[in-house]
Amino acid sequence: MSLWTLWYRLTSPKGFTYFATACIPWLALGCLLTLAYGLVAGLYVAPADYQQEDAFRIIYVHVPCAFVSLLIYSALTVAAITCLVWRVKLANTFVDAAAPVGAALTLLALVTGSLWGKPMWGTWWIWDARLTSELLLLFIYCGIMALKNAFPDKRQGSVFKNAFVVIGSVNLPIIHYSVAWWNTLHQGSTFTLLGPSKIAPVMSQPLTVMLVAFSLYAALMVLLNMRNAVLLECQRARWVSAWLAKRKR
Amino acid sequence: MHPIRKQRLIFISVFMIAIGIACALALYALKQNINVFYTPSQLLQTKLSRQQTLRVGGLVQNASVKHNTSDNQVCFVITDDHHEVTVYYTGLLPDLFREGQGIVAEGKLRADGAFQASEVLAKHDENYLPPPVAAALATKSETMHA
Repeated sequence: MSLWTLWYRLTSPKGFTYFATACIPWLALGCLLTLAYGLVAGLYVAPADYQQEDAFRIIYVHVPCAFVSLLIYSALTVAAITCLVWRVKLANTFVDAAAPVGAALTLLALVTGSLWGKPMWGTWWIWDARLTSELLLLFIYCGIMALKNAFPDKRQGSVFKNAFVVIGSVNLPIIHYSVAWWNTLHQGSTFTLLGPSKIAPVMSQPLTVMLVAFSLYAALMVLLNMRNAVLLECQRARWVSAWLAKRKR
Repeated sequence: MHPIRKQRLIFISVFMIAIGIACALALYALKQNINVFYTPSQLLQTKLSRQQTLRVGGLVQNASVKHNTSDNQVCFVITDDHHEVTVYYTGLLPDLFREGQGIVAEGKLRADGAFQASEVLAKHDENYLPPPVAAALATKSETMHA
């Protein structure tokens, strides 16, 4: 079987439904295990910070939320371009399914950041470049969710929505480099691609596990959303009734 | 690749580059407005009126903090290693406030060049270490300086 045949099978509604159904339990298991390990290691095993003491532990929720909110948007951009150029229908389903997940994680990143900011900085909110650009990301996610239903013609709506996703991707490097380009209250990047990270290994290891856990969680939610959308769209197809009958048994 | 798809891909690429350049130019022009605080050096370079509310940020200089316990007033110097600004503030300081710590103060410039703050925020850095490691690093840098 060539790679193209495999691709066409996986992106067909039926092939995707079966593929997603096979993946979902494994993703859920992986997410649960990494989340349990990361929470215990981060909240109990890791030592308190020299400066922020136990308050720093919110990093194990805040950073994964922010990271995955950016990760999802990067994936949205790739999917939107795929949809605009190659008209792959499943890519459009992905954009619709992943936008609410991204929005929820962005909101969580903002809320946990605010909860961290009050005791450490002394304020819930400041209009610095990092906080403002992350808030903008939340508004962009909301815009994507609103745009798809803003046109009477479904196809036209999807084109405008995907173009909007592409425009919004300009915000991604701004969020990432905001702490380097401007004076901000938010601290700089702890992890850098080149050079040593600025967090002790005993503290960074649970953080890495939490990054994996949140990524798996996002993948799980997106696959569930996508499968629902595909089943709803193909509800009259014969393979759907066969698939449902098989699951009832 | 099919010519229509190729055309779409080229169109999207040009579109993305154009938007990137437009945003870069806009952000570059607004650079000073996006900075959330002035460093003491930037404060000297920029002409600011005394009515303007602004923020200054830098490290609290060692041995510069003077508390006046009777009226909760505190006075300290912030520095960016090149220039310094004296800050006066009345009120509660954040827990992380200490000498050597990065802080951001919001307020107005005074006639004597000092800064009257109405709010002081602590800026913590991106380093996370267990206390013994931090202490070991501090003694190591002290012996290296000595």
